[in-house]
Amino acid sequence: MRFVLRRLGFFVLTLWAALTLNFFLPRLMPGNPALAMVANHRGSLSPQALKVIEAQFGLGHQGIAAQYFSYLGNVATFKFGESLTTQPGVSVGRIVLDAIPWTLALVGLTTILAFVLGTTIGILGAWRRGGRLDSIMPPIFVIMTVIPYFWIGLILILVFGVKLHWLPYFFTYNITLTPGLNLAFIGNVLEHAILPSFTLLITTIGTWILTMRNTMITTLAEDYVRMARAKGLSGHRIMLDYAARNAILPNLTGFAMSLGFVVGGAILIELVFNYEGVGWLLLQAVNNNDYPLEQALFLLITGTVLLAILIADVVTAMLDPRTRGAR
Amino acid sequence: MATLAPGGPGGASEPGQPTIALTPGGGLMPQGGITGARSLRRMTRAIRSNGKATVGAGLLVLFGLVALFPGVIAHDDPSAEIYGRALGPSAQHLLGTTAFGQDMFAQVIYGTRPVLLIALGVGLSATIIAMLIGVAAAYLGGAWDGVLSLFTDVLLVIPAFPLLIVIASYLHGASTLVLIAVVTAVSWSYTARQLRAQALSLRNRDFLEAARVRGERSIYIILVEIIPTMTSLLVASFLTNALYAVLFSSSLQFIGLGNPNTVSWGTMLYWAENNEAFQTGQAIWIIVPGLCIVALGAAFALLNYAFDEIGNPALRPVRSIRGKRVKRPR
Repeated sequence: MRFVLRRLGFFVLTLWAALTLNFFLPRLMPGNPALAMVANHRGSLSPQALKVIEAQFGLGHQGIAAQYFSYLGNVATFKFGESLTTQPGVSVGRIVLDAIPWTLALVGLTTILAFVLGTTIGILGAWRRGGRLDSIMPPIFVIMTVIPYFWIGLILILVFGVKLHWLPYFFTYNITLTPGLNLAFIGNVLEHAILPSFTLLITTIGTWILTMRNTMITTLAEDYVRMARAKGLSGHRIMLDYAARNAILPNLTGFAMSLGFVVGGAILIELVFNYEGVGWLLLQAVNNNDYPLEQALFLLITGTVLLAILIADVVTAMLDPRTRGAR
Repeated sequence: MATLAPGGPGGASEPGQPTIALTPGGGLMPQGGITGARSLRRMTRAIRSNGKATVGAGLLVLFGLVALFPGVIAHDDPSAEIYGRALGPSAQHLLGTTAFGQDMFAQVIYGTRPVLLIALGVGLSATIIAMLIGVAAAYLGGAWDGVLSLFTDVLLVIPAFPLLIVIASYLHGASTLVLIAVVTAVSWSYTARQLRAQALSLRNRDFLEAARVRGERSIYIILVEIIPTMTSLLVASFLTNALYAVLFSSSLQFIGLGNPNTVSWGTMLYWAENNEAFQTGQAIWIIVPGLCIVALGAAFALLNYAFDEIGNPALRPVRSIRGKRVKRPR
C-alpha cells in the first residue's frame, strides 16, 4: 500500500511538472509565438474560451501567478479553450474526442497483436536457440530498430499502394461512403487500417521478441529448469510452465507501459497515412500554429503515458514481490 | 574511433589482458580498478574481432569521411536550383534532380554533415550531462540525490517525441545547433538513471574506501576512480543517444519542424513528401535519404550490439560454440 501511495505521489508530481512545462514553454520562447497567434484570432473565440486561452498563454491583464493558477484550474476542469485555426471556434475537447477512437482502435489493437506475436516468437526462438528462427531474428531486429517508422510506412505505400494498387493508403475511410454500421463501411475502414497497422506491427514487434528471447535464455539456465529436465518433464511443459512463465514478467510490464503509448505512439505513421487520429491531429495543430489544441493533445498523450506507467508499476509489484522493497 | 570512448587517465600500457569481466549496459557490477585505457584497448581489439563491430565502425568512418569532405565526392551545389526539374538518374546527375531542379546526389552527400553533427553532438552532450547528474546524485546522496533523481525520473516518463514536437513548434525552423540542444534535453535522463545505479553500487567498494583514506578529494575520486569504471556504460550511452538523435532529428525535419532550407536527409524527405514524390514517379527522392538514415543508424546500433555481446557472453550467437553444445533432451 505504501508502495502504491508513493507511486501515486510521483504520478501527481510528474503530471504537475508536465503542466508547468506546458505553461512556461511558450513564455520562454523568443517572442512568444503563441501570444501573437492568439492575439490574431481572439475575434473568432467565444468569451469563455478566450478567458481560458488568455490564462494559458498570458494575453490578458492578470499577473503571471494568477494566470498560472487559473490555468491549473482550467486543466483540472478540462477546459482547454477553442481551436484557433484547425477548426476555428470548435472546442478543443470536441476535436480531440473525435480523433481518439481512430487512434485507440488502430494503435491499440496493433499493440496487442504485436505483444502476443512477439512474445510467442521470442519464446520459440530462445527454446530452439541457434535454430532457423533464432538466427534470422536478431539481425532483422537490428535493422528494424534503426529504420524510422515513417519511412517504412512510405515504402509500404510505394509498394502496396502506388505500384501494386492493392490497398488504400490515404485517410481513415473512403470519404464518398457515409459512416454507418454496414458491411461496406466497416470493410472500408478495415482496409484503410491494414497498411498503417502493418507498419506499426513490424516496427514494434522486435522489442517484444528480443526482450522475451533474452530473458528466456537467462531463465533457461536456472537451476529449476535443469531440475525439471532431470525429472524428465516434457519439453513443452518446461518451455511454457517453467521457463516462459517466469521470463514473461519484463514483457508484461512493458506491455502495460506500451498501452500508455497507444495514444501518442504512432504520430508519424498517422501523418504518413493521413490517418485522422490523435497524432495526425497534433501535427495538424503544429502546422497551423494552433497552440491551444497542441497543448491539450500533449497533455492527453503525457497523461495516458503516466497512467500506464503507474498501472505497470502496481502490476509488477503484485506479480513480483521482490520489486516492492526496491527503491 | 577516438570519439567513442572518453579516454580515462591512462597508465603505462601493460601487456596481457585482465581476466576481469566488463559488463556494458548491464546490471552486473564491474570489478574495481579497470582503467579507462585498458578498456579502450579491449574495445579496439573487440571491434576487430567482432563482425558486427567491424561493419558498424566501417560505416561510421565512411560517413565521417563524406561529412568532412563532401566537395570531393559531389561537385554540384546542393542548394542551387539550376538544373532541369525532376530528371531521372543520369551520368551528370547520378540520382537525378529534385522537383526544384537541385542535384539529388549532391544533396545526399552534403546532407551527411548535419545529421552526423547532430548524432555526435547529442551522443556526447547527453552522455556528459547524464554522467554529471547521475554520478553527482549517487555520490552526494541525501537530499541532493532525492532532488536530482526526482528531476531525472520526471523527465524520463514524459514522452520524448511529443515533447520534442511541442518545443520545436515554438521555434519555427530549428537549426542544427538548436536541434542538438533540444534532442539532448529530452534524451539524457535514461542514461543518468543507469549511471546513478552503477555509481551507487560502487559507493562502498574497497578501492573507493582506499582512495578516501588516502585523503583524495571528491572530485578526484569521481573523475579518476568512479568514472573510468563506467567506460562501457558511457560508450553504450553515447551510441544509443547518437542513434536516437539520428531518428529524432530526421523525424522532426520530415514533419517540417527543422529548418527546411538546410540540406539534410530529413529535410530532403520533407520536400519529397510535399511534392508527392511517389505520385510523380520520383520514388528515389524518398528511398535514398531514407536508406542513408538507416545505414547511419545501423552503424551506431551494430556497434552497440557488438559491445553488448562482448560484455554479456550469454547473448553471443550459439554458432561459435556449437562444437561444445550439449544436446538438449526432448
